[in-house]
Amino acid sequence: MSARDIFSMAAIAAGAIFFLAGTVGLLRFPDTFTRLHALTKSDNLGLGLVVMGLLPQVDSVLAGLKLIAVWLIVLLGSAGTSQLIARAARKRDLDA
Amino acid sequence: MTLLLTVGIAALIVALAIWTIVARDTMAAVIGFATFGLILTLAWVRLFGVDIALTEAAIGGGLTGALLIGAAAHLRKTEIAAHADRVGMSTRICAALLSASVTVVLVFCVLALPDPAPTLASQVAANIAVTEVGNPITAVLLAFRAMDTMLEAIVLVFALIGVWSLAPDNAWGGRPGLRHSADPNGILAYLARVLPPIGIIVGLYIFWVGADHPGGKFQGATIIAAMWLLVIMAGLADAPPISRKWLRIGLAGGPLAFIAVGAYGAFAAGAFLAYPVGFAKPLIIVIELALMPTLALVLALMLLGAPQRAIK
Amino acid sequence: MTEFLFGAATVVLIMVAVGLMRILRGPGDADRLMAVNLLGTGGIATLLLLGAAVGIDSVVDVALTLALLAAFATIAFVKASTPSSPDDSKPEQQP
Repeated sequence: MSARDIFSMAAIAAGAIFFLAGTVGLLRFPDTFTRLHALTKSDNLGLGLVVMGLLPQVDSVLAGLKLIAVWLIVLLGSAGTSQLIARAARKRDLDA
Repeated sequence: MTLLLTVGIAALIVALAIWTIVARDTMAAVIGFATFGLILTLAWVRLFGVDIALTEAAIGGGLTGALLIGAAAHLRKTEIAAHADRVGMSTRICAALLSASVTVVLVFCVLALPDPAPTLASQVAANIAVTEVGNPITAVLLAFRAMDTMLEAIVLVFALIGVWSLAPDNAWGGRPGLRHSADPNGILAYLARVLPPIGIIVGLYIFWVGADHPGGKFQGATIIAAMWLLVIMAGLADAPPISRKWLRIGLAGGPLAFIAVGAYGAFAAGAFLAYPVGFAKPLIIVIELALMPTLALVLALMLLGAPQRAIK
Repeated sequence: MTEFLFGAATVVLIMVAVGLMRILRGPGDADRLMAVNLLGTGGIATLLLLGAAVGIDSVVDVALTLALLAAFATIAFVKASTPSSPDDSKPEQQP
């Protein structure tokens, strides 16, 4: 059980805990906007920790760069789309 | 532990499928279907079909979802009238029984397959060195069964022409869809400026890596088409009129190049789409390079729909 | 290590499933729009863990595709669910 494996396991476990927190938030929060918050913030952090945990396990630099690229694309995409969803929900609230 | 994961994925797929059928609102059903496609990607990876997982993620999750949601948006005005036309309970029960019995038959067939199941994979593995590509799926699609791929590309172009045929007479040759607009300083425009360059690089990378690893022209073309559609949806570019020369040339170029390679094969190696020894890799690259723009154009234009705005 | 990765993948998958069940039920369309987003993060995490567990390196390419296409699908859904005006208007003039 090398230090590398211990680090990976710790990071991935932390990531799973953040996913758990995000899902609990999804279930318990009362409002669309708060649920959106739980979804994007907590789950993105969970994904980041999972990527960080998988980084020591890869074989080549290219694979590691691709993992980081996945996380950055998800960060960018979900930051933008959560704003769009929130505005759509707001407009629906105003119109309804 | 792996059994738990497999059962979990399967249960989620079935639950999503049931929800998609049962959902009352069209929009909810389409979202359920897109989600179903994305979970199916997990199932493909679990079954070690990474090429299929790539295609499922690209087409089943992204493009089909966008296509269906566009259709649902068009149908929103007539949804009330459509509800009045819904079939009665007895027809639905018959349909459910029929689907269930087909499923049971399929399950029995899969469980009754001899172990190991009959497959040509060993023959592919024995002959793959001749094709000079490392990915067996690429070898099958572009060398052993290149005829099927060529016909599929032509069928896709025909499907696009079929979509175009829905245009009103006065709009023929015009631009598909309505002009999208969005605040040029807003989030959507920002996303449409930042994501497409990344997406194009990823798409070209997946296209290039398809020779030896999972990937290929189809998945790469889907990503590029999705990025182009994103730019159009944000209003940063307008859909091109379908009468433009470059569009027509791009659409016809892929299948024509494929047919040309096939004719060259008939001339140089004795059979249509045969590759002369030592020329397999360059010819495959030529076909892929010619087909990728065609596929990207076809997929994007199919989503944009029939022309609606006549050009002056 | 492999067992741990499978376990982590299962945990994240269960979280995604529970989240989906809550979201898809949610009143109104705005909640359901989040479903694709949820899959974009949780689904990708499950995918990466599963790929690392069975030792396939090219799963990262699938995750790249999934990330891009999930963002694209969410944007398409948001655009389709806001009927008339551009969905990306300036901040509303609030009373």
